[in-house]
Amino acid sequence: MQQLYISLTVNGDVHELNIEPRRTLMEILREDLELHGTHEGCGSGDCGACTVLLDNEPVPSCLVLAADADGRQVVTVEGLVQNGEPHAVQKAIVTHGGTQCGYCTPGIVISSVALLNENPHPNELEAREAIAGNLCRCTGYQKIVDAIVAVGRE
Amino acid sequence: MRSWRWDVNNYSVIGKRVPKLDALDKATGRAQYGHDLNLPGMLVGKILYANVPHARILNIDISRAEKVRGVKAVITGEHNPVHKFGYGADNTPLKADKVRSRRDEVAAVAAMDDDAANEALALIRVEYAELPPLYSAEAALAAGAPLVHEERANNLFLRYNYAHGDAERAFDDADEIVEEEYFLPYVTHAAMETSFALAVFDLQNRLTMWSTTQIPFLLQRDLSEALGMPGRDIRIIQPTIGGAFGRGLDVYPFEPICALLAKHSGKPVRLAFTRDEEFFATATRQPAHVKMRTGVKRDGTLWARDASVLLDAGAYISWGAVTPLVMMETTASLYRVPHAKFVADVVYSNNPPTGAMRGYGNPQSTFFVETQMDMLAEKLGMDPVEFRLKNANIPNSETPQGLKITSCGLRECITEVAERIGWERRSSVSSNQLSVVSNQSSVSSNQSPVSNPQSPIRRGIGIACTLNVGGGARIYRSDGCGATVKVDDFGRVTLISGSTEIGQGSETALAQIVAEVLGVRVDDVTVINSDTSVKPWDVGTHASRTTFIAGNAAWIAANQVREKILDHAAQMLNVSPNHLEMRDGMVRVQGDAAGKGIAYDKVVRAMHYREDGNVVSGTGWYDPPTKLVDKDTYKGNISAAYGFGAQAVEIEVDTETGQVRVLKIVAAHDVGRAINPMYVEGQIEGGAQMGVGYALSEELQVREGRILNPSLLDYRMPTALDMPPIESVIIETADPEGPFGAKGVGEMGGNPTAAAIANALYNAVGIRMNQLPMTGERVLRALKEKERMENGD
Repeated sequence: MQQLYISLTVNGDVHELNIEPRRTLMEILREDLELHGTHEGCGSGDCGACTVLLDNEPVPSCLVLAADADGRQVVTVEGLVQNGEPHAVQKAIVTHGGTQCGYCTPGIVISSVALLNENPHPNELEAREAIAGNLCRCTGYQKIVDAIVAVGRE
Repeated sequence: MRSWRWDVNNYSVIGKRVPKLDALDKATGRAQYGHDLNLPGMLVGKILYANVPHARILNIDISRAEKVRGVKAVITGEHNPVHKFGYGADNTPLKADKVRSRRDEVAAVAAMDDDAANEALALIRVEYAELPPLYSAEAALAAGAPLVHEERANNLFLRYNYAHGDAERAFDDADEIVEEEYFLPYVTHAAMETSFALAVFDLQNRLTMWSTTQIPFLLQRDLSEALGMPGRDIRIIQPTIGGAFGRGLDVYPFEPICALLAKHSGKPVRLAFTRDEEFFATATRQPAHVKMRTGVKRDGTLWARDASVLLDAGAYISWGAVTPLVMMETTASLYRVPHAKFVADVVYSNNPPTGAMRGYGNPQSTFFVETQMDMLAEKLGMDPVEFRLKNANIPNSETPQGLKITSCGLRECITEVAERIGWERRSSVSSNQLSVVSNQSSVSSNQSPVSNPQSPIRRGIGIACTLNVGGGARIYRSDGCGATVKVDDFGRVTLISGSTEIGQGSETALAQIVAEVLGVRVDDVTVINSDTSVKPWDVGTHASRTTFIAGNAAWIAANQVREKILDHAAQMLNVSPNHLEMRDGMVRVQGDAAGKGIAYDKVVRAMHYREDGNVVSGTGWYDPPTKLVDKDTYKGNISAAYGFGAQAVEIEVDTETGQVRVLKIVAAHDVGRAINPMYVEGQIEGGAQMGVGYALSEELQVREGRILNPSLLDYRMPTALDMPPIESVIIETADPEGPFGAKGVGEMGGNPTAAAIANALYNAVGIRMNQLPMTGERVLRALKEKERMENGD
């Protein structure tokens, strides 16, 4: 199959890749770049487990063709750890008990970071709206919402 | 009864909100799940499903599939070992003679990539001679129905028949009786990580399988049966598991299929379900058709109960067939009721095979028991809270079913949630005191809602209770778990536990138990619990048992280590070991915080570096003092402790659309003692979320044996916006048998939610919904029907 040349900036690193045009951003992140923190929950944009920041916007990476990310900035859950220091949202999810099985957690962390970038002091309803596209089957969302609101109050 | 040497008011880590050991890895994307694994030369495994409901297989042609470039193995029923497997001993990895459901596995391929595997599947030709299908339990029991399994005399797999007292006659003496019929839907676990297996054989024919199972040692046994190979040659490794909820309680065909593909290709084979496969090819909760009546005395004493349940198990039987054991427990023992009868028929059909799911019969039975409690209270003119308190179980009693209730905080749970939800605001439906115009989701319990008869929005408050096993559940001959604790020269404590972490946080609770016993920090404890070749035996994660059972095993092992360290420290310090304690990383004389002490790791080093030295380790085994229920009467004390809970909810319903919205949940649960309150709340809140889904939105739509909504878009699980704020209240009753007094909590959070919502809906608009989920469409239909009846049409 014909290959397409793309250049992706992922967590600050530039990756030059030759890919099949049909491949998704999620596949490139997981398979080629081995960034396993981006999880596949459905492959059809319904669950949010694969959410990443694409030019600062949260997107389900399973619905984005890698070719459409050419020349753009991608941040995954791994990229939120700076100099060994986790992002405030990551720390709050940990201390508030906002992760159980953890499969949805990276997507929820990314959606929360996107919210806090736009709205540094969200209330509970705004926190719920921001993660409404991220399904969690374990927590009932309460502790995740508590964590997001707490970051805004720091 | 165990005497605690710990001061309950002075724990160092028990009762603390310690983050999960793996929380930081999970929040930063470092946790490694099965789906992340990659072995050199690993192939992709895929399964061909029949997609016909009931048929004889005439021929399977794999010749074209085998020729696809990159395909390394194509297998069919001819490659099956001879033995059948499963709880009903009725299943084979691939079906050789006939298929019994649309999801029956008929062939499988292993290939170098997805494309080759999919192309090969598309080229397999199967010829069927279709047989008449059975799409319901009722049809399957009809005279002359075709047989799903032809070696059986009929399609009834098993009848459960339980009774205490004399329910038949007791109804003659009842002052009020309610009788209702219920229809409960197919629902499914829908864990966020789909099912996964990775199998590889070495050249000595030994199998290693990475798996999302909850029962690694039983899987080892079940796979040995399914594959016809010795169990000792099978090693199960559990990577981080992205949720399970009962999904992994049995061996299912994809696991032996994955192993067979690895065997026939000579390569590692990865078999990961797609999301739609997860919906149609995992075992769901059984749909149930229930008839129940309950009789009560004028003074509010529960008097008699009689339930009959028809469960459609689908094409093959799993441990899910045992759920009537739990249903009868709720029916006969949630409250004191002197006469009870419970009959359940578990029936084969050509519908999708069903299995175990969180609560294991309890969300179903709690729904019909707890909605009837409200109906009876109304007939008696009693307050539903008062009626429940009157009949609630009490500590240190034995139910007629033989459940030995020791610690029991049910009454505290009921009063706590009633107070916190503002029960006094709940007035009778007819006065509509709770009607309110509201576009906001927040409710305040001390604020009386405004009455406005013109608004289409009505509010209601409801309550429901639950009883759940909390001290293991002896459904296998053993309910045991092993543990080993060792300490190294640097003070690193390692707990090797037989138990399985599926996300619930059990390994953190176990680390806290060990840390408390040894007086070390939780950070000093590593938990190893993921490899059958390393960890001691355990039944598996089910029945809310892990903190209680594995916790007691870890407690025993840690105490052995503690005694060894204290004995040696006593020699070093020249005092009696009885006067020493371990706390804050030190061994020192009790109560003498400033006095002479010695770091525990120094004691351990001294034990290693000497003549007659020894390894500093302990081994614990805990199997609770319980019995299998009697095989004829189903009576007996199945669990060493029982958990209790009550939930109160406030809802609003839009009478123009039928949509129900939950505004608030208050959930109080008696958990004995919360080893880690943060994750006890997590279990309660996550359970309540599944309960909200069961109540309002979740239903696998099965028509003619086919699942019509196999996606996370069409199978509606509650989102963060669908969930209300949840107020979790932990009731501590210090169970005498539990580790530090703890009882299990894993399942009960989801048991009473649907009933509480249904009771609140009745309170709001006066309709009784006996079919779940209570979707807008169904509620609207019921409202219209009520209106029609009231208008006398």
